[in-house]
Amino acid sequence: MSATDTTDAGIPVAPVYTDRDVAPDLSERLGAPGEPPFTRGPYPTMYRGQLWTMRQFAGFGSAEDANARFHFLLERGQSALSVAFDLPTQLGYDSAHPSAVADVGRVGVAIDTVDDMVDLFDGIPLDEISVNFTINATAPIILAMYLVAAERQGAAAASLAGTLQNDILKEFLARKTYIYPPVPSLRLSCDVIAYAAGALPRFNPISITGYHAREAGCDAIQELALAIASAVAYSEALVTRGMAFDSFAPRLSFHFATTMDLFEEVAKLRAARRLWYRIATERFGANDPASGRLRFFSGNSGTTLTAQQPLNNVVRSTIQCLGAVLGGAQSIHVMGYDEAYEIPSEEAVTLSLRTQQIIALESGVARTADPLAGSYYVEALTDQLEARARTLLDELDAAGGAATAIEAGMPQRWIAESAYRLERDLASGDRPRVGVNVFAADGDQAHLGDMFAADPGVAERQAVRTAQRVAARDAQACRSAIEAVSAAARDGGNVMPPLIDAARAGATLGELADVFRSVFGEFREPQPW
Amino acid sequence: MRPTRVLLAKPGLDGHDRGIKVVAMALRDAGAEVIYLGLRRTPEEIWRAAVDEDADVVGVSVLSGAHVALIEQLLVERTRVGADIPVVLGGTVPADDADVLRAMGVDAVHAVGSSLPDVVDSVLALGARERTA
Repeated sequence: MSATDTTDAGIPVAPVYTDRDVAPDLSERLGAPGEPPFTRGPYPTMYRGQLWTMRQFAGFGSAEDANARFHFLLERGQSALSVAFDLPTQLGYDSAHPSAVADVGRVGVAIDTVDDMVDLFDGIPLDEISVNFTINATAPIILAMYLVAAERQGAAAASLAGTLQNDILKEFLARKTYIYPPVPSLRLSCDVIAYAAGALPRFNPISITGYHAREAGCDAIQELALAIASAVAYSEALVTRGMAFDSFAPRLSFHFATTMDLFEEVAKLRAARRLWYRIATERFGANDPASGRLRFFSGNSGTTLTAQQPLNNVVRSTIQCLGAVLGGAQSIHVMGYDEAYEIPSEEAVTLSLRTQQIIALESGVARTADPLAGSYYVEALTDQLEARARTLLDELDAAGGAATAIEAGMPQRWIAESAYRLERDLASGDRPRVGVNVFAADGDQAHLGDMFAADPGVAERQAVRTAQRVAARDAQACRSAIEAVSAAARDGGNVMPPLIDAARAGATLGELADVFRSVFGEFREPQPW
Repeated sequence: MRPTRVLLAKPGLDGHDRGIKVVAMALRDAGAEVIYLGLRRTPEEIWRAAVDEDADVVGVSVLSGAHVALIEQLLVERTRVGADIPVVLGGTVPADDADVLRAMGVDAVHAVGSSLPDVVDSVLALGARERTA
């Protein structure tokens, strides 16, 4: 058995690299950490100044269930929160909706009203703890409920730190929690970004992600190109509205996967920073260096984790977390080793957090910024990733930009074809996976601890509680607040201010999502073949 | 003999379609005719299409953990419409749940970690059984 001679993305790798593999203007292409083009990181001192944020994605059941898991994580030293919502919440259905019942509380927490949001953060000071929300089609509604929950705690909007995923374009590529057609969807995402530019100075109103396309099957180069192309699409939409690029660009944040090919992943993350800086200055004429300073969250790759020999996943996650750190991530999530089966157990999620803490505090890799800079191999790969992503970015531009290319199904084909290629390579053994197609001897679910058990009663309890809250609200006030949202949606006004009023008046998530459904219609994906 | 006809769909709200698309491509390369209905399909839509398309096998994929409730709805509707077509499930299915699902009447369960050739063989074998029955 020997090592393969290409990276996971198919870049040829030489048996050895020397100074001849590194282009002569290296110091110009690197810059200092915290300085353009930010190849070496967004901040001068990197982890020496502040460790990355350890942000395990969590949420299931009702608001109380998820709140208990949040406290569990904070007590064990997690430094921020990341909320997983259930699919009905992501798709704009209240828990009692007939399409929702089977999925209530399954992959995340169920939120129907602002009172659920208040319960979700019970005992958690929102002016101190930063919160990440994995929410897209209903992002404006969830943000409105969060702002009202913070208001009820007495936390000032200007003090709120965190990130709203709010990247609807990639939902048409992967993950697929779109509701409305692409054009009005993009408008809602931009309403949030425009609102935050005035009201939420510490909050990231979008996390532009390559992660999900990667998890759906594409390679590192395609992931990089798709994320940057999406950032271009949002930026162009906001500039077309009349916003100055420098007024919103410093708050754009990004989300990348970190998978198994360690050096390719590190190179991708370094290339992402340089590429975005160059696009921000060349294409959008950024004057503020912070407009081209790419900051990102890294999620480890669930698709590289195996159901067979699940403890091996602890090792895989450690390598992936190390890649995110060497790539200069601002926040990191490490997968649970049992995620091929269920929502991670308390044991698994603790181990994920401990993985981050051991890398941060024992391995020594956090001592100095961008420790791999100057490595012949890593610099050559960084150049390759940037150049190859540029070529794909040009292809996407030629196809009319990210939104148009996605509507035409172009990147969806990249993703499906490369997912199929990988599965065939795993079946043939061309791509080794330990415990799956090599060294597969010692069994399947062995060594799996106590697994997470879902609560079958959550849908019913949630439906009863929401019905009580709806009965208790001022019906007339709520109706006129909902009507104001509808008017803004129709007239092109920013939907955020009326959404915040409607959340305050007790409107449900389903009612508000239905307002947009009636104005914008619903999207149905075209046949892939 | 005509090729095996396989109807694939995702019930419930889950949007993870990497696996079902890979299976669709592999079945097609193995000579089957594949009809993919896409995401968020109700039991009514799935069985109407399966009957209209004269499918030999129905394959569904669930990675949200809601497989037991969704399969229950699907099988109730199969009985209601009187369709005699086998059902294959793929997705994030723990072993205990797979036993429950087989007892409920699912013909095959392929959890995460199944090999692609095994999934293809199983679907084609169920389709062949259906056509010779």
